Amino acid sequence: MLLDAGEWQALRLSLEVALWSLLWNLPVATAVAWVLVRRRFPGRTLFDAFVHLPLVLPPVLTGYLLLILCGTRGPIGGWLQRAFGIHLIFTTAGTVLAVTVMTFPLMVRAIRLTLEGIDAGLEEAARTLGAGPLDRFLSITLPLMLPGILAGAVTAFAAGLGEFGAVITFVSNIPGQTRTLPLALYTALQTPDGDAAAARLAIVSFSLGLAGLVLSEFLSRALRNQLGRGTF
Amino acid sequence: MLEIDVSKQRGTFASAVVFNSPTPGVTALFGRSGSGKTTTIHMLAGLLRPDRGHIRIDDTVLFDAARGIDVPAERRGIGYVFQDARLFPHLSVRDNLRYGERRARGRRQTLKFTDVVELLGIAALLARRPAGLSGGERQRVAIGRALLAQPRLLLLDEPLAAIDVARRGELLPYLEGLRDRFSLPMVLVSHQFEEVLRLAGEVVVLDNGSVIGHGDVITMSQSPALRAIIGDELLGAVVEGITSDIDATSGLAQIRVGAGELLVEAAQLHSGQRVRVQLLARDLILALAPPTGLSVRNSLAGVITRLEPDGAHAWLVFTDTGGATLMVRVSEAARTALQLVAGQRVWVLVKAVSLRGHVFPGAPPPPQG
Repeated sequence: MLLDAGEWQALRLSLEVALWSLLWNLPVATAVAWVLVRRRFPGRTLFDAFVHLPLVLPPVLTGYLLLILCGTRGPIGGWLQRAFGIHLIFTTAGTVLAVTVMTFPLMVRAIRLTLEGIDAGLEEAARTLGAGPLDRFLSITLPLMLPGILAGAVTAFAAGLGEFGAVITFVSNIPGQTRTLPLALYTALQTPDGDAAAARLAIVSFSLGLAGLVLSEFLSRALRNQLGRGTF
Repeated sequence: MLEIDVSKQRGTFASAVVFNSPTPGVTALFGRSGSGKTTTIHMLAGLLRPDRGHIRIDDTVLFDAARGIDVPAERRGIGYVFQDARLFPHLSVRDNLRYGERRARGRRQTLKFTDVVELLGIAALLARRPAGLSGGERQRVAIGRALLAQPRLLLLDEPLAAIDVARRGELLPYLEGLRDRFSLPMVLVSHQFEEVLRLAGEVVVLDNGSVIGHGDVITMSQSPALRAIIGDELLGAVVEGITSDIDATSGLAQIRVGAGELLVEAAQLHSGQRVRVQLLARDLILALAPPTGLSVRNSLAGVITRLEPDGAHAWLVFTDTGGATLMVRVSEAARTALQLVAGQRVWVLVKAVSLRGHVFPGAPPPPQG
């Protein structure tokens, strides 16, 4: 099955965008999950809800909110443009931002789930053995969180490949800049005689999604075995 | 000297704990569950901040609310063996043991890896993961891990609680070895008097968040504070002595207690050994004359020092047998019939076999200074 140049471009862009948003999300989602599980502070519930908003809002609304905040005349977008010359509207950078925001709660949820299963008593034990806060996190908490982080990363990556609503609303549908796989698929469906292209893109998307889920399951199982293994 | 004087309010539970204990030496915090034992050692370790007071070990101030000193747990140098071991599941036994050792740089390395591993009998486990260990093995690794962090004080929170009752006896000798081999101060939390008897030099009795009694094991074994907690069945004075003679034919060992001799079953004893014996108050018999024609092997001459009522129909008779005090429980009827009063000369009878399971070799050396 051969893709044409535009379709290849969409596939490459999708992979690139999903990867970048994953890199942005990894440290932030890990930190936010840790704060949500291990810290008690006023407004925690509200913060928790805020983090999960992109999961429940219509993606188009998330894209619209991004447009208001990060558009050329938005408070964040305007500042980024003046201070760093960064343009988000109609650019790949903006696409990365939209995908990052949309996949963030997925990662937080996966990481949080593992973290909740980690006995806080282990961190206490590390403390009595002379480990300071960062040392404890790096030597105990982080390694034990790895299965959740990996599972979350794979799921977020796979979901990031397919993000549609927020992307098209925020950064529009520009070939080579913001036209990722689902946008290309949508475009093909809107084009007369686009059926063959749509089918090809659909198969690619389908395969990527399935591979991601299988890989995620495989990785977390391997890690669990690694942690729980007995004699060997 | 370990000095602690702290208070803490947690919800409706208030604890106010004050005691000093010698270093080195093993101090037991004894009390029912919920009496504030774990709260106390959490404050010692720095895992829980007291509302007021101070904690000092020798010349080091670990906590002083008035002076705003609160050394964080990771810099206190206090080892903590948790009830549930808390081994790191992603690390091998070896790496668990090395965890604290690596972070103890700068402190004097008095406890060597090989010594600790040998003492605790965990050499064969080094390559394994915690998930595959038994309760007793886990606890031994946890003790080793805490020791290798080179602590100035070791806290043991019911180290036997997570182990099957049948296998608890296996861990106790390791703890005794620890006490005798390294002169490391220890605080042992326990609600089992036998553990205290075998390991501790001093006992601090906690009830409802405060200290209701404190002293050496012998004194405390006769105190009302301890009596209130261990109950009638286990009540009995503790005496210490040195085994003098072991008779291979009778299988009995002689122990000098006060001015008299006590015969006990010799299994696992050798001569010249310090032992601790608990004589249960309900197992002892009082006689007004030196007994003859009885199967009882042990009879210690003594003088009644005082009588205390024990419930509505019984009395505890405290008898000094030339330096060692015994407690005998007698019924109200017996006390009346024998007309027992303080100052009276009596003989205390003990069946040698009734002491089975109540003789503990390797009693800690008597406290100095």
